[in-house]
Amino acid sequence: MNAVSRDTMLLETPFHSRVAAMCQVNDWGNWMGYTTPNAYFDVELEYFAVRSTTGVFDLSPMNKYRIQGPDAEAYLNRLATRNVSKIGIDRVGYTVWCNDGGKVMDDGTIFRFGAADFRLCSYQRAMDWLLWCALGFDVTITDETEAVAALAVQGPTSCTCLTGIGLTDLNTLKPFGMRHYQFEGAPLMVSRTGFTGDLGYEVWVPPEKAEILWDRLFEAGKDYLIKPFGSYALDIARIETGFIQAGVDFVPAEEMVRPGRARSPFELGLEWLVDLKKPLFNGRTALLKEKREGSKFRFAMLNVEGNKPAEHSFILKGEQQIGTVTSAAWCPTAKSNIAFAQLEMPEGRVGQDYVAEIYYQRELHWTRVLAPCTVMDGPIFNPKRRRQTPAIAH
Amino acid sequence: MTDYDAIIVGGGHNGLICASYLAKSGRKVLVLEARDAVGGAAATETFAEGFKVSRCAQWLHQLSPAVRQDLKLADHGLVFAAENLATIALSAEGSHLRLAGDTISGADVSPEDEQAYREFRRKMRKYAGLMRKLYETRPPKLVEHDLRDKMTLAKLGLGMKLMGKDDMSDLMRLILINIFDVMNETFSSPTLKAAIALDAVQGTPMGPRSPNTVFTYLHRFFGEVLGYEGVSQVKGGMGSVGEALASAASSHGVVIRTNAPVASIDKTHDRITGVTLESGESLTAKAVISSADPKTTFKSLVGYQNMEVGLVRRIEHIRFKSGTAKVHLALKDLPTFKGLAPEDLSQRLIIAPSMEALETAYNPLKYDECSEHPVMDISIPTINDPGLATSGGHILSAIVQYAPYSPKGGWDALRSTFLDTVINEIGRYAPNIEQLVTAAELLTPADLEAQFGMTGGNWHHGELTMDQVLMTRPVTGISQYATHIEGLFLCGAGSHPGGNVMGLPGKNAADEIIRQGVLA
Repeated sequence: MNAVSRDTMLLETPFHSRVAAMCQVNDWGNWMGYTTPNAYFDVELEYFAVRSTTGVFDLSPMNKYRIQGPDAEAYLNRLATRNVSKIGIDRVGYTVWCNDGGKVMDDGTIFRFGAADFRLCSYQRAMDWLLWCALGFDVTITDETEAVAALAVQGPTSCTCLTGIGLTDLNTLKPFGMRHYQFEGAPLMVSRTGFTGDLGYEVWVPPEKAEILWDRLFEAGKDYLIKPFGSYALDIARIETGFIQAGVDFVPAEEMVRPGRARSPFELGLEWLVDLKKPLFNGRTALLKEKREGSKFRFAMLNVEGNKPAEHSFILKGEQQIGTVTSAAWCPTAKSNIAFAQLEMPEGRVGQDYVAEIYYQRELHWTRVLAPCTVMDGPIFNPKRRRQTPAIAH
Repeated sequence: MTDYDAIIVGGGHNGLICASYLAKSGRKVLVLEARDAVGGAAATETFAEGFKVSRCAQWLHQLSPAVRQDLKLADHGLVFAAENLATIALSAEGSHLRLAGDTISGADVSPEDEQAYREFRRKMRKYAGLMRKLYETRPPKLVEHDLRDKMTLAKLGLGMKLMGKDDMSDLMRLILINIFDVMNETFSSPTLKAAIALDAVQGTPMGPRSPNTVFTYLHRFFGEVLGYEGVSQVKGGMGSVGEALASAASSHGVVIRTNAPVASIDKTHDRITGVTLESGESLTAKAVISSADPKTTFKSLVGYQNMEVGLVRRIEHIRFKSGTAKVHLALKDLPTFKGLAPEDLSQRLIIAPSMEALETAYNPLKYDECSEHPVMDISIPTINDPGLATSGGHILSAIVQYAPYSPKGGWDALRSTFLDTVINEIGRYAPNIEQLVTAAELLTPADLEAQFGMTGGNWHHGELTMDQVLMTRPVTGISQYATHIEGLFLCGAGSHPGGNVMGLPGKNAADEIIRQGVLA
């Protein structure tokens, strides 16, 4: 478990030998202490693999916590804002969790293996908080980040590629469903989940099966134009489909230093994840108060005119600055310039028009563009194939 | 419609005081006490056949005069067996030091020390007077900009200004440092320094060199600005305080049930509904007010699983360490202390030969070991109150430091050894003590926790350190008696201003609950 090395500052994932071999541009980043590729060969082409064929992303560094014991469901219901009792066995639920002040600490997914057996995947390291939450509950919490290797296999031909390595009848798996297979003599779990907004799966295996999984998958996907993709391509895909990211679109509440910089689920457009009817969950009292008294900010997805990504832009209403952009990208499939913004209430209603103040540089020359933008009603990329069951076969 | 307006969990002195004030304001109040008698740490109990003793607290030196007057405790049976006792710091050679009011005599004191003692007391009275402005009201919060809190702070600021420049800057210098340094810069007599330093470390897991011990001294000294001069002995033992408070409470209509341990404090989604007893009986109320310590209240009674996690984390971080034990000896006859006049046996006797001896006694506590030469605060209550030994003989009761909560090897193995250590130590001053002992009892911090429900055996319900007082007592966010859970209040020593039989947490809590009108 404790694969801490004195020689290298960053850890390698179980797929590293294969990832490194395919990482032609040798562009690496640090994801939670692991060395992971920002790009493999060309960001745009990697992105188009996700949207047109199949892209493969090594998500092993994702923090994974196993939560087991008689009180596991009650424990998660106290931790998370959504009603975990409604997540069936072999189902997955997206959720956020809050501090006492009702501000979002992190978002992640809950995988339900059994009545009293769950896995929580989080962006942040969460063990400390999870253990504090465990006081008073009969649960055991195990960090299995290193014990489980995982790949995201995303794109229109992903089901076909995975069926090719022996995951029979995978096309009948519904979105947010999980299924268990045997692979090379080891258990393999596949969930129809992902961070791209497309048809896609995440495949979870013991680390010793990681390399053979990669090899078999790329072999099976060869005819379906399977490609690896890095974090830059993922960023475009997730913005296009409207997924926020911890540490980018909000400050994890317990890391916040300056008062007022954290955001509630309401302020991140995640009201649908908050079940105020639950008797108790962390942040409930504060969220009820916010519900009564109103939020300070609103999350808005903006469609920005032009093709200059509105990165770090101010959003203006006339002369007045009413918010800032947290994520922005030119989205190739939607052929739109999308930005996520935090706007001061009561701004940000669907259809409202603002101006994004965009700065960009060409050959040391800074240019300012005042690009009109409109608040969208939901994400711009939301294809039918994402939900379609049985999944399309090729 | 609820069974009661308020249910008070715990019939200790603070619980009873809070109950009385609420009942006086016209509310229907129930007090639930787990033990068979009320009073909590103010308890008189039989420790050996024919010998009753103040089994936890042994002196009265801080009980709020406002409480005594408002609740007419004298009319309800609070009688002193002896008031304003002198403190006699024992010397093994028989040259004892006597501290009474502003005067010191005997031992090795010089005229300079006598003068310095008067000056020291003058200054301490000034500082304790300033504390009184904070102690007799709810602690101010700093960020909410509440007018009432601003007034408290303004009064404090003005009080500091009025102290004069020298005393004010000296307070700022002293408040965070240790009693060891202050004693060395003020006095030359080792006995005098140690006598004062003992007061600073009693009931704490600290030695005289520990930072924060000037503050704990001031907390102890606080009684002097309430009209007490030294300690007093209650007739019938400290249990009489509990009885007088119970009688006062009953006269205002408070219902008191003993042998009624609370199993849980109950809540719905959003608010407290009442309590369930260990017997299974459920009772409802508009508010539940807990005089149990904050950890017992939240961990055992509310249940961490029923609270938000940030609060759980803060409660778990409260420090509850103690290094204080109680020893009770049943004696055939009065012991003879070398060089001590028999009439002085009725005073407060302390064994703390020097600050170095205090610090040396403290050192083992850091490693969960017992002192080899413990220091102590001794009462022979049967001289002023012979009725405590019903069939003759005498009692020696001592507050003993330092004994850890869970020593290496466990108390089962160490209990008789430590008791012998204590008796031997007394024997250095009163050589015949060993032959006189007919029965002996040691209450370790773990015993005090088990018997009196004080987490860690800490009689303040949470250490009195600068990070655990005022707006951070018991924790930030619930410092003004109301908690995060609607309808749940705290009124015990774990709340501002803290422990000792003082009664201000109970009174302040009642004031605040009445002011908020939550029971109306």
